[in-house]
Parts: sequence; C-alpha cells; structure tokens
Amino acid sequence: MSERISVAKTYKLYVGGAFPRSESGRVYPVADSRGTFLANAALASRKDARDAVVAARKAFAGWSAATAYNRGQVLYRVAELLEGRREQFVAEVSAAEGAQTRRAQSIVDAAIDRWVWYAGWTDKLAAVLGSANPVAGPYFCFTTPEPTGVVAVLAPQRSSLLGLVSAVAPVIATGNTCVVVASQDRPLPAITLSEVLATSDVPGGVVNVLTGRTAELAPWLAAHADVNALDLTGAPEAQRVELERAAAGTVKRVLRTPTTEPDWSAQPDLGRLRAFVEAKTVWHPVGV
Amino acid sequence: MTNAPDANDSALASPAGSAGSTGATGAPGSSPWEYAPAPESRDIAGLKPNYWMLVDGQFVEGTGEPLKTVNPATEEVLAEVSTAGPADVDKAVKAARRAYERVWGRMPGAERAKYIFRIARLIQERARELAVLETLDNGKPIRESRDVDVPTAAAHFFYHAGWADKLGYAGYGPDPRPLGVAGQVIPWNFPLLMAAWKIAPALACGNTVVLKPAETTPLTALVLGEICQQADLPPGVVNILPGAGDVGAELVNHPGVNKVAFTGSTEVGKLIQRSVAGTGKKLTLELGGKAANIVFDDAPLDQAVEGIVNGIFFNQGHVCCAGSRLLVQESVAEELLDKLHRRVATLRLGDPLDKNTDIGAINSAEQLAKITELAASGEAEGARRWSSPCALPDKGFFFAPTVFSDVHQAMRIAREEIFGPVLSVLTFRTPDEAVAKANNTPYGLSAGVWTDKGSRILWLAQRMRAGVVWANTFNRFDPSAPFGGYQESGFGREGGRTGLEAYLDV
Amino acid sequence: MAAPSTTSSAASPDTPGTGPLPPALTDAVRDEASLRRFLFGLPGVDQVGVEQRAAGLATRSIKKAAKLWAIDTAISMVDLTTLEGADTPGKVRSLCAKARRPDPDYPDVPRVAAVCVYPDLVETAVAELAGTGVGVASVATAFPSGRANRRVKLADTELAVRAGATEVDMVIDRGAFLSGRYGQVFEEIQAVKAACVREHGPDAHLKVILETGELATYDNVRRASWLALLAGGDFIKTSTGKVSPAATLPVTHVMLQAVHDWHRLTGQLRGVKPAGGIRTTKDAVRYLVAVHEVAGPEWLSPHLFRFGASSLLNDLLMQRRTQLEGHYSGPDYVTVD
Repeated sequence: MSERISVAKTYKLYVGGAFPRSESGRVYPVADSRGTFLANAALASRKDARDAVVAARKAFAGWSAATAYNRGQVLYRVAELLEGRREQFVAEVSAAEGAQTRRAQSIVDAAIDRWVWYAGWTDKLAAVLGSANPVAGPYFCFTTPEPTGVVAVLAPQRSSLLGLVSAVAPVIATGNTCVVVASQDRPLPAITLSEVLATSDVPGGVVNVLTGRTAELAPWLAAHADVNALDLTGAPEAQRVELERAAAGTVKRVLRTPTTEPDWSAQPDLGRLRAFVEAKTVWHPVGV
Repeated sequence: MTNAPDANDSALASPAGSAGSTGATGAPGSSPWEYAPAPESRDIAGLKPNYWMLVDGQFVEGTGEPLKTVNPATEEVLAEVSTAGPADVDKAVKAARRAYERVWGRMPGAERAKYIFRIARLIQERARELAVLETLDNGKPIRESRDVDVPTAAAHFFYHAGWADKLGYAGYGPDPRPLGVAGQVIPWNFPLLMAAWKIAPALACGNTVVLKPAETTPLTALVLGEICQQADLPPGVVNILPGAGDVGAELVNHPGVNKVAFTGSTEVGKLIQRSVAGTGKKLTLELGGKAANIVFDDAPLDQAVEGIVNGIFFNQGHVCCAGSRLLVQESVAEELLDKLHRRVATLRLGDPLDKNTDIGAINSAEQLAKITELAASGEAEGARRWSSPCALPDKGFFFAPTVFSDVHQAMRIAREEIFGPVLSVLTFRTPDEAVAKANNTPYGLSAGVWTDKGSRILWLAQRMRAGVVWANTFNRFDPSAPFGGYQESGFGREGGRTGLEAYLDV
Repeated sequence: MAAPSTTSSAASPDTPGTGPLPPALTDAVRDEASLRRFLFGLPGVDQVGVEQRAAGLATRSIKKAAKLWAIDTAISMVDLTTLEGADTPGKVRSLCAKARRPDPDYPDVPRVAAVCVYPDLVETAVAELAGTGVGVASVATAFPSGRANRRVKLADTELAVRAGATEVDMVIDRGAFLSGRYGQVFEEIQAVKAACVREHGPDAHLKVILETGELATYDNVRRASWLALLAGGDFIKTSTGKVSPAATLPVTHVMLQAVHDWHRLTGQLRGVKPAGGIRTTKDAVRYLVAVHEVAGPEWLSPHLFRFGASSLLNDLLMQRRTQLEGHYSGPDYVTVD
C-alpha cells in the first residue's frame, strides 16, 4: 500500500484581495523550526510593496467609512473562519515555531480570542478615546478617533500567528488598511490568514500580505509617501533607526516596540488601538 | 460749521448730505470718523534691558552669544537676551532630572495641581503686562494678545492643573506614570500661549521641563519663568533656555531628555523626527498647515466673511492652522469675494499696541521676505492679486492683507504654507470636488466649512483629513479641545484628555 | 401683490428713499410664493458669529476730536421719544423744547432729528416744532402690538399724517410674520406707505418697526428687514421699546447689513433705527462704530440712522460737557424734561 501523495500548496502574496505571485518571479524556501523544507514562499519585491500600498489606499475609503458595527461584524466573521481552520493553523504554528501540539493549540486559541477581542472594540473605541469637549464658549465641540490611513506592519518575526494577529487586528479594527510584511522565516500562518481573509467579508485591499525579506521591503514602505504609519514590531534591530528616519520624511506615525518580542499571550491594553488613530476635533456654534 | 435750523427742513426731507454737516463742533477734516490711536503704554510691559535664562530656579547668564530681541513694528531693540550654550543645555536638563527624581515626579498630584493653579492665577494677575510684552516682542495686535493669547494661556494652566490628581481617570490605566524630562521647542507666533500649551500638560502629568522659546520672541516665556518663581515652583521643574535653532537641536538631542515636543515648521519637524529616531524619546509634533476653508452657497455669508477674515488674518496669518485656502462654491464666489474685499479693506493695520489695530507687524524681516516672495510667485503664476489699500507704516515689518483669486491647485500659493496675511481663493462646484481639493495637500491640521445644512457639515467633517474641523466658525481654541494634525502637520494632540497621552508613559 | 408704489420723489440712485425695484426684486414680490422663496433664499445668519462680530467691534475706541463729533452726530440722530399712557400736551411741549435746544448753555448743540409721540399728540408737537427743522414722528398702526383691524391701522396712520407728522413709525404684524403670512405683512406695509402720501407737501417717511425682540432669530430679523425694504419702508426700526429685548448691537448689525446689501442691489439708500435700551454715550458710539463698519460711512447721518431714545440725550449732553469742560459733568447740569 503506497501512501497517498498530498497536494502541496503554492504560497503566494495577498494583494488587493487577490493572490498574485511576486512580480519579480522570485521565491524563497521556507523551512520548519528544525530546518526541514516546507514550501517556497513568494519573495516580494519593492514593486510588490508598491502595489500593495496602492491596494491598501484604494480600500481605505470604503473600509474607514464602514460603520463601526459593520466592521465589528466583519471582523467577528473572520474569527469564525479562523476557528474553522483551527487544525491547519495548529499544524502551521507548530511547524513554524517548533511548538508542541498542545502549546500550538493554545497559541491558535489565543490568536482567535485576540481577534474576537479586537473585533469587539470597533464600536466602542470612539466612546473610550473620543470626547465631548466642554469648551468655554457657545460651541458644541467633540473629538472622535479616526483611522490614520495606510499602515505598514512589519509583523513579529517569532510569533507567526498570535503576534501577527495582535499586530494586524487593532490596525484594521480602527478602520485603517495595511500592508503586512509577514515573519520572514515563519510566513506560512500569515498566508493562511490571508486565505481566511479572502474568504471572509473583509474587502480586498484592507489587509495585504507580503512575504519575503523584511529588511528588503521595510525601507521602501518606511519611505513611501502614501503610507501614513509604520509598525516596527518585526523590524530588524540593526535597521530600526534607519527606518524611523525614513519615516520622518513624511512625518509618519511610528509604533516603536522593544526589539525583543513581548509575551503575546498577555492581555493587551489599548496601546495598539491608540497607535494608529487620529483625534479629530469638530467645532460648531450653538445658536438659533 | 453752523447748525442753523433750516425752516421746513426736517432731517429726513433732504438727501443725505455730507455726514459732517450735522456736526456742530468742527468735524476734523473731511473724514471726521477716526479711531483714536488708543495705544497701551509700553511701560506696562516692564521691559528690562537684559533677560537671562532660567535654570534650576535661578535666572543666570547663559554662555551662548546674547541676542537682541527686536520690536518688529518699529525695528527697535527691546532687550538683550542671553542665550544658552551646550553646557547650559546640559545643566538645565540635569536640573530638570534632579527635580523630576527628587521632587516633582514623586509629588502627589494634588500638590502639583496647586502649583499649577498658582501659575494660572499669576498669569491672570499679570495679564496686562504679559499682553503688552507679547505685542512688543511679537508684533501681534494688543487686541489679540489681550483677548486671546494671555487668557488662553491662563486657561491652559487652569485646565491642566485639575488633571494632575485625576490622571487615573484619563483612560490610560489606574496610575499612569510621567515620562521624565520633557524638552520642548516652541515657535514665535504665539510665544506665551505655546509655552503654556507645552508646560501645563507636562507639569500636570508629573514631568519636568526644559523649554526653548523662539529666537525672536523669548520675552514672555522668560516672564512666565518669573511667574514660576513667584509660584514657588521647586527649582528645576521648569527651565527656560533662549536661543536659536542650535539650542533647540542641542536640547532635542540631549540624552537626558525623555520626551520631545515641538511646534514649528514641517521642515524642522522632520529633522527632529529624524534626529530622535532610535532614541526611544517620545515625540509629538505640531507642524505646518494649508487649511481649506470651504464656503457653500447656502452659508451664512456675512459670518462666513468674518470667519474667512479671522481664519487668515488673525495674528497676521502667522497661524499653523490658518484658513489660507478659501474654497468657495462657484455660484456664490463673486458675491462672497465682493463682500470679502470690502471687509478686508476695513481691517486696520498699524501700531500693534493700538487697541483698534486688527493687523500688526510681521514677526521678522526674514518672514516678511518669505511672504513677499511667495506673493510675488502668485502673481507670476497668474493669480489675480488684490491687496487692502491700507497704508503701511514707514518703519517695521508690515504686509498688507492680500487676497489672491483665480488660484489653482498647482500654484505655489495654493500648496505652500505662506504663514502670512495672504489668502488664496479657489472655487469648486460640488461637495465631492470641495473634499478632493481640500484634502489635496500633504498637510492636515485644520479645515473650515460654512453651510447652513447640518447634514452636510457632518458629511464634510467626516471626510476632512484634518485634526480640527471648524464648522461655521474658525480659529477657536480651548484647553479642553484636542488640537493637532494629520499627515505632515504632525502627530500627537495638545489639549483635552487626549493631549495627556503625550506626557504619560503609556 | 403689486410692486411697491414709487411715490417718493427721491428715487434716483444713491439717495434716500424708495424707488422702482430692479428686475430681480420685482420678481421677488410677484406673489406670495415668490416672496416666500426670496426671503428663504437669503443667506442665514449665524447667531454666534454675528454676536462675536458685534462684541469685537464694540471694543473700538474713537479719537477725542472724533468723539465730540460722534456725540454731536448722535444727538442729531436722536428721535426724542415719549410713548407713555400718561403723556400729555404739557409733557410733549417740554420735550419739544428740549428737542429744539438740547443744552441751553451750549447753543451750538445740534437739534435732535425728531420728536416721536403717539398720534393724538402729533398736533401739539407740530405746533411746537414748526420751523425748527425738527421732525415729528408718530407711531401708528395700533402701536405697540399692532393687533387691530387694518382699517384701524390705516386710519391711525392717515390721522397722524393729516395732523402733520413728517414721519410715521409703524409696527409690522408679528403674528402674521411668525405664522408665515409674509404677503399679508408686505401688503400692510405697502398700504401704510400709501397712507403716508400727502397731497400737498412731502410724504411722511415710513419707518417700519420689526419688533425684533418678538422675532426670536436673526434669520427672521434679516427676512423681516428685506420684507420691509421690498415693501417700501424708508427706515427699518428694531423695536417699539415696549418689548424686551429691544435694540441690541447684533440685531442692528443684521439690519445694517440688510440696508447695505439693499443699496448694492438697488442703488437706494434706506435707513436703520435702533430703539429702546440705548441709554449711554458709550452705547451710542458703539452703534455708530457699527454703522460705519457694517453699512458704511454714508450712513453716519440722521437721514439714514436714528436712535429711538429718551434718556440717551441727557447722557450725550453730559459727555459733551465732559469733553468740552475737561471734567466730569453731573445730571443736575442737564435739563430733565
């Protein structure tokens, strides 16, 4: 009895709701934690990054204008789909991070729960971060948080799913769109997440996932004039200063994190939700 | 002139004669209606020949090259101000560190609050002096320094004093911690008010401060330092270092600084963001703008005219959030421009100390040259220039209020921040076009919208990529209302609960 | 509804008075619906904005020499008013004496513009003021409420005109205005205007009292101003003085803006009269600043601006003495009438 030959998956980029190969035609081998070959992932180029930014910008108007309730439902639907793919994620996280199955299961569960947590924030954040301002004059004045725009997320290098989800979910929960550079050596859970997003109700372009060398892609994103913010979480340590400087060229908001990854299983605070919102204050006279 | 009653001639029965003919007592000249020069006395400013920097609770002479600060309305030297050298910056930061670690950072919020309340009160008590001094040093009309700058500065201290013992309720966790030493660099357009915007929240959150006022306007900040002394603020909690950009750079780059706050040009803001990269210093930037002021055809036109005037001519247009691009719906453009020209022609330009003056002096010869150059580019690029026929004083740096019409997005005057009394008028046809044009800028500090239709205001407010949207009003500021920009207008907010984040380790 | 009568002889551009309407405005008064559309097509007034502008202008101060000029101008603009149930011929006679010569110690003080009385006392005032150049204004049309049959209102007006009133201060029907019957208000003003016609001699000038305190919003003040101008009012006047609030600076701003805009559109100069609550020289000067800045310098004339007031005159006289004598004056040095 010969074993059945499995159908291997081709891992591609996720840009604008589609799964293109890198325009460069390049791939790179992805191995598991023991060094065994798993797959060839697309090795994204600066042009792929450029296309991803275009897709993210295009999606921004619709996603940021969606009602918070709608965004919450769409994101919750993603959690439902994640749950359905639980076993696949467990296998991929286990392979990528070298975690035992039990541990990988708890990571995946935490990632799904994290997604649910952020999905629930969409229609509460304005009440928590916003304000009615008691100005000294005949004006009604209020402040609401609004999405910053297109965020470049350099995803955590070690935590391939829980870290990824912890970085991406708050960005899109607040109405931003993003270009995510997946963990360089552990990109497969990110690509599977793309497949989940593609089959969910999240509009194409809201999340764009690039696989490849973070150090190659990050400078292009950091300097890109149509990117509004940069999450440095997965940036190579040696490159961080350079990236921050590049980001200064268009006054990007930069989320600076410690170079060692945090314990992603810890309950997050509002920090990542606050990082990519703009407070908008509106004044209007009160009169008859 | 006599007032002999004409028989059978009631006042109404004859056509309007010269207004002067009704006066009995010799109307002065052909135009009897003259506003008094009603100048505030410059003595009230209590000008001193020399000003020193404030370090560790003492006014001391700095090691930098002293600068002469000039009254831009007369070009006369007001005082000599000693500036900080690198060693002084180090001394000030160390003093601030000591004060933070030993006193201020540990002090219960309720105690900090009382110091800050004292400062607020002292500003109110010395309001007149501060207003006159501000007008002398900056060139802004006394009406504005008296009615806006100084009272709003006091209000910022009042507002933030109250936060000092309530930070646990601000939404940043139960016991948010301060950052440490804040290095703050402020511009010359609102010298005292910007100092208040910077110092008040920093102190309320438990930080200590090293502040560098602008090179051309150091005086009111130094008087604020004196007020800190009068309030018995512990030494080192607030340090004030006059000087030019090099002192600012030294401060921003000092390793002992935990937080950098800058208000000024986008160009310098980018440099600062670059220079603090990798240091972990928390940074907030409040930079330039090119705000659109959008007027729809159903707007309350007369108040819109007032708002446009206030939007661009307030503080000679030296306002980062100035409504420098007027976007007017084509169907009312002609009517609005007519009203606008007429109104602008009534603006009184001249001695800033005169209470009747609307437009004061441009802060420096350098800024005047920049405005002049940009205005010339507007003409060269084909925009139609109209300037108020007001007379300009012989001395001092003045620029007549100017309105450019037939401006297009591609022109420099529609894209670059002029930071002067120059308005660019563009037209639009539909709300979508208005939004597209308004947002077509790398800046995003403020925007204005004028319409009587409530739903349109909210529609537009949602779409403006700007941190402050003024609807049917413009240039309103309040310590409880967060202020700050999108995109290249900077990040972080000042004011309100939101503004506390900039000075907390969260 | 017909276009307003063009009885005034002063119909040429840039002169006070009424005249033929330009085509755009003829259309506005074609029928009730057109009038309504026109009034609702006027730009709105933002309360906070107009009040801030008024408060901002109120901080202007004027030159000492100009101040004396301003005081005299203000005196010459006063419609010296008594509108009490207790008014008698004696009271009116003493008021007229004051109007002719406001300050006996200073004969160069200008006379006031007019004396304003109830219709039954017009005859007394006319007799007292004959040949002095001081006008006689009569309130009419069931002042102050205006709640009477139109026939009564017109009779009220005709009798006042017949008794020699040179000016008629009518009240609009605020009830009709607030319930949206603009055509009715318009026609009534026209009818009163017609009743001001004098066969021999000049017509009485018509001031239309809007009673802004009852109109509640600045939008209404602007609409009522235009309505009155369209119907041929020579002046628009804020208040009867019997309703609080009476004249305010921001309301006067809105009305000054209306006559300014009217002039831009038609070339005709119409006047504004704030009435009630203006008691001090400081107040009066603030109004004059508003006249200068909002309407324009040419309105600084009794032909185009009046104060409806009684106690204001004495304060103006005291301040005038202060200016001339260099020390503060007191109420015993001006006459109480």
